[in-house]
Amino acid sequence: MISNKIFKNVILAIAVSFLLSACATQKKMDSQMQGDVYTGTDTVEYLASGVPDRVFFATNESVLTTASRDTLRKQAAWLRKNPKINVVLEGHADERGTREYNLALGERRANSAKDYLMTYGISSNRISVISYGKERPVDSGSNPLAWSKNRRSVTVKAN
Amino acid sequence: MIRKVFIKLFFTFLLFTEANSVIEVDITRGNLNPLPVAVSPLFSDENTNKKLKNNFEIIQLGEKISEVVENNLKTTGLFNPIEKKAFLQKPDVAHLKPRFEDWALIKSQALVTGQIKLENEKLRVEFRLWDVLAGKEILALAFTTVPKNWRRVGHIISDKIYERLTGEKGYFDTRIIYVAEQGPKTKRIKKLAIMDQDGFNTKYLTLGNELVLTPRFNPTNQMVTYLSYFKNLPRVYLLDIETGIQEVVGDFPGMTFAPRFSPDGKKIIMSFAKDGNSEIFTMDLETRLVERITNHPSIDTSPSYSPDGKYITFNSDRSGFQQIYTMKSDGTNVKRISFGKGLYGTPVWSPRGDLIAFTKLHKGKFYIGVMRTDGKGERLLTENYYQEAPSWSPNGRVLIFYRETKTDDKGEGFSARLWSIDLTGYNERQISTETDGSDPSWSSLLTN
Repeated sequence: MISNKIFKNVILAIAVSFLLSACATQKKMDSQMQGDVYTGTDTVEYLASGVPDRVFFATNESVLTTASRDTLRKQAAWLRKNPKINVVLEGHADERGTREYNLALGERRANSAKDYLMTYGISSNRISVISYGKERPVDSGSNPLAWSKNRRSVTVKAN
Repeated sequence: MIRKVFIKLFFTFLLFTEANSVIEVDITRGNLNPLPVAVSPLFSDENTNKKLKNNFEIIQLGEKISEVVENNLKTTGLFNPIEKKAFLQKPDVAHLKPRFEDWALIKSQALVTGQIKLENEKLRVEFRLWDVLAGKEILALAFTTVPKNWRRVGHIISDKIYERLTGEKGYFDTRIIYVAEQGPKTKRIKKLAIMDQDGFNTKYLTLGNELVLTPRFNPTNQMVTYLSYFKNLPRVYLLDIETGIQEVVGDFPGMTFAPRFSPDGKKIIMSFAKDGNSEIFTMDLETRLVERITNHPSIDTSPSYSPDGKYITFNSDRSGFQQIYTMKSDGTNVKRISFGKGLYGTPVWSPRGDLIAFTKLHKGKFYIGVMRTDGKGERLLTENYYQEAPSWSPNGRVLIFYRETKTDDKGEGFSARLWSIDLTGYNERQISTETDGSDPSWSSLLTN
């Protein structure tokens, strides 16, 4: 009888710990996404200290979020301080779309980043744009978090 | 008395139809009772066998050709080749005059016989198609080729049989161009590859140094157009498969992509992306004249001509989301035709002209489907985690496309393979390729 009770408690404890860990995963995912835009830093690299190299987009969108605009202003400031550096903006899409449309979408995303840099005084001569569509994901996962990391425009030094 | 006459008449009539019945295969619906067909090995005499072995290192060629035919017929889902072990009659005798009772006994309704002969290093092939129940020859043909072309011999025979029994052109003497893929998803290596329609004779046309996508055949010759990231500049290229010579198409100050040929093979239609806007352009391959077809601030891509060249179907998000549109080939009269739930992409006009095949995304699933050219009569043929980019067989009866698998929690287990499905929605098959593959495009018939 007693052993039975202990057994039940053990089961309960295991079940609770499962629930908790499931919650933890869920929370981790939530904290890295707002809507379906990636807000984490896992894949982000830095052009200089405090200057993130990439911005993220919602599904099928090329509109810049508040956080993206903040990142791009930092990039613009860094580019103004380093007038000899040119950049390539690489636009990407996630894997949940047809290849050709995604090529166009990647181009549109990179261009919305380019337009924003230009409004902050960076000459279009210093910026080139390339779309990779869905061809170069950073995260090979097949889940919403991986897709959110892949919907991006990355600013890369060209020289 | 009257009744007796009636019965007699009826009986005669039955016999009459029986004797004259010509086998027919209905390809307009899924075929649950494939036609039993016996493909006898093609007969070759001792002398031919010896020469084939000594001069060309080919053995048992008659069997091999018959196997190509059997495999082709089987993959249509319309025919059921009977195992050769059951055959009672020898190939040479059967080719002269089959004993129809023997072939009926093993339940075959059609019989293919033939013989091959080497004459001056050339292979002379003849074959016959017999209606077993009617007891007569319904097709006979002979042709000459070089021995190393023996797989094509099998394909040509298959096309003739298919055409005789279904009333429509076959699609066996054709090739598929596709993108061969290798390596992890984040650093995928892609090469252009070409193979026979049945997966044999694979050749790689690029080395994998640069990313290549979306190859498409010229419907009139052996030219191919595709997207290459050569020198990291994504541009549409033209490639001559025979000579290997390639050239960039046009001189655009930005990415060109989504290329296809016009039905007469004289123009390339494609998208050109600049400043965040993709528009559709054509370039005449002779005059080099470039023409802008669409003019809209949204994404316009994936253009495909109707077979008469008068219309274009394309993909646009001008409504806010990816949908399918048609227009006249000069860009006027733009009409949205997809109105179902979900997103629509990759429209391709059927070579028969009556349908447009597409990819649809709805509630996290991808579908390959067809609709009439006015958008009505939408029919979804297959549902999966990810699949897209249908390409029509030259007779408009089969679609080939690619399918990708979901990765596991560690991001592993990714694969991309080529698949085909009949217009009926039946007969879904994976096409075997040496590596992973995507973006398939089906050629026209190599011989007519």
